[in-house]
Amino acid sequence: MKIQSAVGQPVSRLEGKLKVTGAAKYAAEYDVPDLLYGYVVHATITKGRITRLDTGAAKALQGVVDVITHENRPEVASADLKYIDMDAPPGLVFKPLTDPEVRYNGQPVALVLAEDFETARYASGLVEVEYETQAFETCLDHNLDNAREPGKGFSTMLKPPPPKPTGNFEQAFRDSPFKVDAEFRHGSEHHNPMELFATTTVYEGDGKLTIYDKTQGTVNNQLFVANVFGLRYEDVRVLAPFVGGAFGSGLRPQYQLYLSVMAALHLKRNVRVVLSRKQMFPFPHRPQSYQRLRFAADANGSLTAMNHRAISETSQFEDYAEVVAEWSHKLYPSPNTLFEYKLVSLDLYTPMDMRAPGGATALHAIECTMDELAYEAGIDPLEFRLRNYAETDPSTGKPFTSKALRECYMRAAEQFGWKERNPEPGSMVRGNKLVGYGMATGIWDAYQFPARTEVIITGEGKMIVNSAVTDIGTGTLTVMTQVAADELGLPIEDVTFSYGDSKKPFSMFQGGSAMTASTGVAIVVAVKALKKKLLKKAKSIAGSPFDRAGNDDVAFKYGHMFLRKQPSVSVSFAEIVAANGGKPVKTTNMGAPHVLKLRKYTKSSHSAAFVEVEVDKDLKTITVTRAVSAVAAGRIVNPKTARSQIAGSMVWGISKALHEESILDENLGKYMNANLGEYHIPVHADINELEVIFADERDDLINELGVKGVGEIGLVAMPAAIANAVFHATGRRIRELPIHFDKLL
Amino acid sequence: MTTITLNVNKQTHTLEVLPWVSLLDALRDRLKLTGTKKGCDHGQCGACTVLCDGTRILSCLSLAVMKNGSEITTVEGIADGDALHPLQKAFIEHDAFQCGYCTPGQICSAIGMLAEGKARTRDEVKELMSGNLCRCGANTGIIDAIMEVKEGGGRE
Ligand code: FES
Ligand code: FES
Repeated sequence: MKIQSAVGQPVSRLEGKLKVTGAAKYAAEYDVPDLLYGYVVHATITKGRITRLDTGAAKALQGVVDVITHENRPEVASADLKYIDMDAPPGLVFKPLTDPEVRYNGQPVALVLAEDFETARYASGLVEVEYETQAFETCLDHNLDNAREPGKGFSTMLKPPPPKPTGNFEQAFRDSPFKVDAEFRHGSEHHNPMELFATTTVYEGDGKLTIYDKTQGTVNNQLFVANVFGLRYEDVRVLAPFVGGAFGSGLRPQYQLYLSVMAALHLKRNVRVVLSRKQMFPFPHRPQSYQRLRFAADANGSLTAMNHRAISETSQFEDYAEVVAEWSHKLYPSPNTLFEYKLVSLDLYTPMDMRAPGGATALHAIECTMDELAYEAGIDPLEFRLRNYAETDPSTGKPFTSKALRECYMRAAEQFGWKERNPEPGSMVRGNKLVGYGMATGIWDAYQFPARTEVIITGEGKMIVNSAVTDIGTGTLTVMTQVAADELGLPIEDVTFSYGDSKKPFSMFQGGSAMTASTGVAIVVAVKALKKKLLKKAKSIAGSPFDRAGNDDVAFKYGHMFLRKQPSVSVSFAEIVAANGGKPVKTTNMGAPHVLKLRKYTKSSHSAAFVEVEVDKDLKTITVTRAVSAVAAGRIVNPKTARSQIAGSMVWGISKALHEESILDENLGKYMNANLGEYHIPVHADINELEVIFADERDDLINELGVKGVGEIGLVAMPAAIANAVFHATGRRIRELPIHFDKLL
Repeated sequence: MTTITLNVNKQTHTLEVLPWVSLLDALRDRLKLTGTKKGCDHGQCGACTVLCDGTRILSCLSLAVMKNGSEITTVEGIADGDALHPLQKAFIEHDAFQCGYCTPGQICSAIGMLAEGKARTRDEVKELMSGNLCRCGANTGIIDAIMEVKEGGGRE
């Protein structure tokens, strides 16, 4: 009896058929009876207060059922504490329709409810709002002088402030022969998942709600709804089996959830609220950032001093913070360091984690600075990284649980053909195109959250695994099925992973590239307990040959338990369940990181990206013609879905470097390109060859599965690699993202 | 209200709609065919692509009343019963999606694009598929899947 282990196999997505036939249902697609459609009305000023709000014309329209505003909204929790979700930054959560104050442009000011979508949308235009306006600030660059320390709170645990300075930066910087002093900027970016944010709230009566929501955290939103609307936890069920992308935008409950639930409870009806694309811009986003880096090296090309000062935007009501300033010191040793991180409050909505938050911002600046310094010192950029390679974490002195970055560099460089590179900028030409080669390093933390899972053996001897976790396109369903199958020696066809439901055992929101480790370890722990239970139940069968067997004496394969020493003695799971009076054998257990043991280590994934660009000599248009990313992220459970995660985030890297930006008009205080026609992301024609390599990285320390997560690590190195390639092609250092052709003219 | 007839996936539907209802919302909200996705409602993302009398169109940019009497194929009508269309199989095999939200539009668009017969090379396929955005960045998988079907002549 030999089963090929599922982990490590390129299994195709198990929900694939549902997705290619249109059968997969997303939050706005549940067919519920007597549905009301909600449409949001937005503030058209950036700061001030509502002086008059007239809903008469809207309400008079046939088909309109109600218009909810701050003047007539039903009672909700008044205590600010009740609004704090698991990912809330320090500060006060914004509560829609609470008072007449307008805090940012596009703030929801009313919700129109009608019997159909078109009527609701039309009526939203009939709501009359008058305002008194106040002066506002939305531009980070104009307000850098107001930068201040971020406030502290619960989320500071995951995102600590920068470490204390080491050595004497200023002096070392002054005395070093090679140095770079550079400023980097990027505007805000919006997640823009393809699916519009939507909530369908089913009013079940008796204070009970079933909610189909677009979210990365079913339990997070369940607790939020229960707290805010004073419902019992068990009466609120949040479902999100399919999520049309999120990239961080679904980490916190979004306002359409709040509005949909408020209306459902108020009108005692089923209510759906879908945001328009435009309404997804006065919304969480990656913050505008300013960075100044000063790096220096000695005559041998060893780093001597690193200063990274980062300033980001936040709202007036919450202090959203990222880890930006100190990433360089997890990659490179330097005796003198100075890392600073500050915030500026602006009249915009609170930013939120967007794929590789902090890291993507920081590594663009760090790895461009490293490239500049390599040129200053006359050293090949790859060689410069290798000279400053850290075997242990330079920022703490702790060893890494594993670090195969050197292998990433070597394999990617080889595959890419780095040695063909002529270091002279502008020296490589292909017809009418300047060709540039650039490279950069990536690093991301390997997180693991506590998580619970339930595992069940059914009467047919098959396994069901239950978890509240979501699958936002990451491959969680497939990957978790593979893990569970291997743990119990079942073929994957005999395992059902059931997820995306707050009623199922606890999972944190899906973020930080942490889910494979978090849910995976919970499965390992639960299956272990399940095996003990199965043995115990088997023993209770009269005349059981397992009578004297201990937990270590039995093994599990193909739906059977057998004696290790005498494999012919076996009992099927179905027989065990039958002997259990037909009752499924089940257990729910919690997996958690080994905090104590891991305190002695640094847990990181790494990557190296090599990029070729072509720049048109006349028009200066930039094309990424090919890119190779090598990733060291521990064990890869599913090379097919993991490759997609990396390739997808390489596309994000290309997008960040060359395409996407939310353009703020600081005079109007709003985003001017709030649509997918003008918020540019790469189209198929923009994407050429992308190659993904996974380094062989065995990690026995990090967790039971040896996995680190692949959601973010593919993105972080790409923007700098592209910017460095543009420099190599053109001799121009463009330190502002995105790099558009006009900056090269 | 206007009464219109739509033949969707070989089934005839008669429905009463106001002129302001888009084909996309008629499919999703009235006929409960939610396989066709709404990503922008402005003709900017391609998620709502369906085949209308054999041609790919953006259903968010058509009013339902304009398509009275038309034959519409949505993603729900691409497979032959339980047997997936070769392109659907290729999408699964090449992992041509992550979240799957752009997928119905990509598939309908690709079928329409191949029928147009204009694309000869991979680059031309990419160009002619560029109206269909994918935020997950599944671009290479999507084009690989389409190329496989194109080169295999739609073999099973
Ligand atoms: S929804 Fe029609 S193009 Fe985006
Ligand atoms: S698969 Fe998610 S948008 Fe394409």
